Amino acid sequence: MEIIESKPDETILLLGNEAITRGALEAGVDVATTYPGTPSSEIADTFSHIAKYFNKKSKKTPFYFEYSTNEKVALEVAAAASFSGLRSLTCMKHVGLNVASDAFMTYLYVGTRGGHVIISADDPACHSSQNEQDNRYYALFSSCPMLEPTTPHEAKEMTRLAFEISEELHSPILLRTTTRLNHARGAVKLRKPLKPREKGHFEKSPMLVTTPAVARIRHPELLKMLDKAEKISEKSRFNEIIEVGNPKDWGIVTSGVAFNYVKEAVDDLKLDIRILKLGMTHPLPKKMCKDFLSQCKKIIIVEELEPILENQFKAFIYEIGCKVEIYGKSTGHFSRLFEYNPDIVFEALSKIFKLKNPILKPENSALVLPSRPPALCPGCPHRATYYAAKKAQPKGVVYPTDIGCYTLGKEKPLEMADLLLCMGSNAGTACGLAVATDQKVISFMGDSTFFHSGIPPIIDAVHHNHDVVITILDNRTTAMTGHQPHPGTEFDGMGRPAKKILVEEVVKGCGVELVEITDPNKIKETTEAFKRALEFKGPAVVVSKSPCILLENRDKRKRGEEVFVYEIDQEKCKQCKLCISRFGCPSFYYDKDGSIHIDDQQCNGCGNCTEICPFDAIHKKGVRK
Amino acid sequence: MKEKTNVVLTGVGGQGVITAANILGKAAVRAKVNVFVSEVHGMAQRGGSVNCTVRMGKVSGPLVASGTADAVLSMEPIESLRYIGYTNKNTKLITDITPVIPFTVSVGTEKYPPVNEVFKELEKYTNLYKIDATKIAREAGAIITKNIVMLGSLAATDVLPFDKKILLETILDNVPAKFKDVNKKAFEGGFKAIKK
Repeated sequence: MEIIESKPDETILLLGNEAITRGALEAGVDVATTYPGTPSSEIADTFSHIAKYFNKKSKKTPFYFEYSTNEKVALEVAAAASFSGLRSLTCMKHVGLNVASDAFMTYLYVGTRGGHVIISADDPACHSSQNEQDNRYYALFSSCPMLEPTTPHEAKEMTRLAFEISEELHSPILLRTTTRLNHARGAVKLRKPLKPREKGHFEKSPMLVTTPAVARIRHPELLKMLDKAEKISEKSRFNEIIEVGNPKDWGIVTSGVAFNYVKEAVDDLKLDIRILKLGMTHPLPKKMCKDFLSQCKKIIIVEELEPILENQFKAFIYEIGCKVEIYGKSTGHFSRLFEYNPDIVFEALSKIFKLKNPILKPENSALVLPSRPPALCPGCPHRATYYAAKKAQPKGVVYPTDIGCYTLGKEKPLEMADLLLCMGSNAGTACGLAVATDQKVISFMGDSTFFHSGIPPIIDAVHHNHDVVITILDNRTTAMTGHQPHPGTEFDGMGRPAKKILVEEVVKGCGVELVEITDPNKIKETTEAFKRALEFKGPAVVVSKSPCILLENRDKRKRGEEVFVYEIDQEKCKQCKLCISRFGCPSFYYDKDGSIHIDDQQCNGCGNCTEICPFDAIHKKGVRK
Repeated sequence: MKEKTNVVLTGVGGQGVITAANILGKAAVRAKVNVFVSEVHGMAQRGGSVNCTVRMGKVSGPLVASGTADAVLSMEPIESLRYIGYTNKNTKLITDITPVIPFTVSVGTEKYPPVNEVFKELEKYTNLYKIDATKIAREAGAIITKNIVMLGSLAATDVLPFDKKILLETILDNVPAKFKDVNKKAFEGGFKAIKK
């Protein structure tokens, strides 16, 4: 465990997310909470691994960590720790802050005692997200101070110092990152070791109960805090001016990972320019920015996604009454879409300075390559559930889906995903479809999503007697983000035994009258369960229970059990292609002669194909090597 | 020594591309060379095409600009062609010769081009080095060491800004004791495949 065992002053390679965790440990964080979501997950996973490491060594973990039920709960748990005087951290993906936003917006009115760092991991280009919202707006929206790191080392340092800023201002602070920081590795120089976990004490104060009267008192205080934050921003070592060559008229304003591309482009293009690199981006150091403007005649703003710096700099120019020209999104030199990269920044700067772009347009082969989209793994129980549900009623059903591996059911040949907004939306939209149409509705969500935000819409369905079938794909883990535990698992994020909450018990408790509990690996029985659920008038829930095949096989290996692989008896196979064209397990393939086979290396041994084959042509081959 | 060294690693989820990139990054830190690594996680990982970049020396970020790769290490033939945009005439492109057939091909909706045509195409753009990393890994004792074979082959080029020894030491430091021999064999196998 290098991140813990390395000595202070040592330099080690860390993922941006690991660096954030390390920074929090160097600041002596006491409570850390999260709901997992790419690209933030490894921040929390690192806390989890460290807690388990301490457990294993029978040492006391220097912090408390939990995978909370959802982001809002995560924020509330950590906020209470902060009110009790402890340093706390909450991390989530950008859309997670939407979930937590109800608590977040008012939290700023209340303020903190112990430092509280909230990490929003944004995902420009939607590498694994349903949108690419720019959460810097949340800083402006809520009046929350914000830091934006450019490299893993800076992420560690910013996290460490963010606790101090948070305490000085009595305000939570946002550390806003993007995928290219979260999932970039770089050399990180470590600092002082950890300190043991402390217990806090909650001091009562009427100002902690946000009644309207209190809110009216707190809002002016919030604005005063922002003024104080601006003074910190003016002096922050994270805001700096870098002079390249002999700068005259031109300046570049940039933040986050965009700085990395700017720096190399400016060096390679041999520009004479000054760069204002902003690390504390809310509130901006107004004086520093205005001084920078007074030195320039033309500035280029390089920021990914929304024109947030650009609009603020336009306001500064108006306030100063100067005539500095701005090149950015509003002039069409940069896009509001997706993430930037060296190609984009080299191209834009070459164009602005009328230089030959040293980066050539990438060549593309004329050869057509097959795509390799992500797919449900061979042996994934979700595939079996989807297959069984489709069998129950093959046509005319709408399938609202949700956020998780099972979203991949959208792809051919299953095509079992028709509507998706956000975490938990499957059941809510199912209710709406039942009201608005006469179409049959079967919705799908995972078990972690069920606990996160899937329960309220089920209650809505029960209370209003919506005629829907809601499916919970219970694979006993949060699979897509890296197999984190959730309230339905028997261990928590620190590796301690935890009370396992059964999905079906919760559903019954919500008043659902028809609850079908099924094992998707028994496809015929599962189809029958879906048929009964579809026939039922009113809300019915199918809980399809089978562990994630990756975890199942890992556990089997640990227990010394064997994983079997399957093969097709070519004598019996009539090449009806059902296994490929309907079931779609990626371990099946056509050989050159058109015969169908199973790839040993890919088969995970679920054996579900033996049940779907109408000719009984698939059987166990042997133990997987 | 070159000011900047750009290495692109490609392959299919599960082949150890991220691990190889990570090891290369750790080796650079050990050699006291500035380094950044970029990775692919989450949705992009499930059976999909994986692409990591490692940049060393006077660099300020992990992403490689088009046409500026010094080396491309590909664990699968078409995955090297997919990222051909990173290469130039001087790039050393090392690829394993064994295709991993995507399910889009298995189900008959798309086609995998003949491997020889893929190689011919690659040669049009850059310097191609084909190795049977799958076979070398199997001979070393474990097919999962294919990524280590690829790192061995990279060490046999003049691309890395540090000694081969540092890379091997880093690999051995990052695998369990009982797998050290297998990994050493895999690394040397990859090295010999290029430096015959």
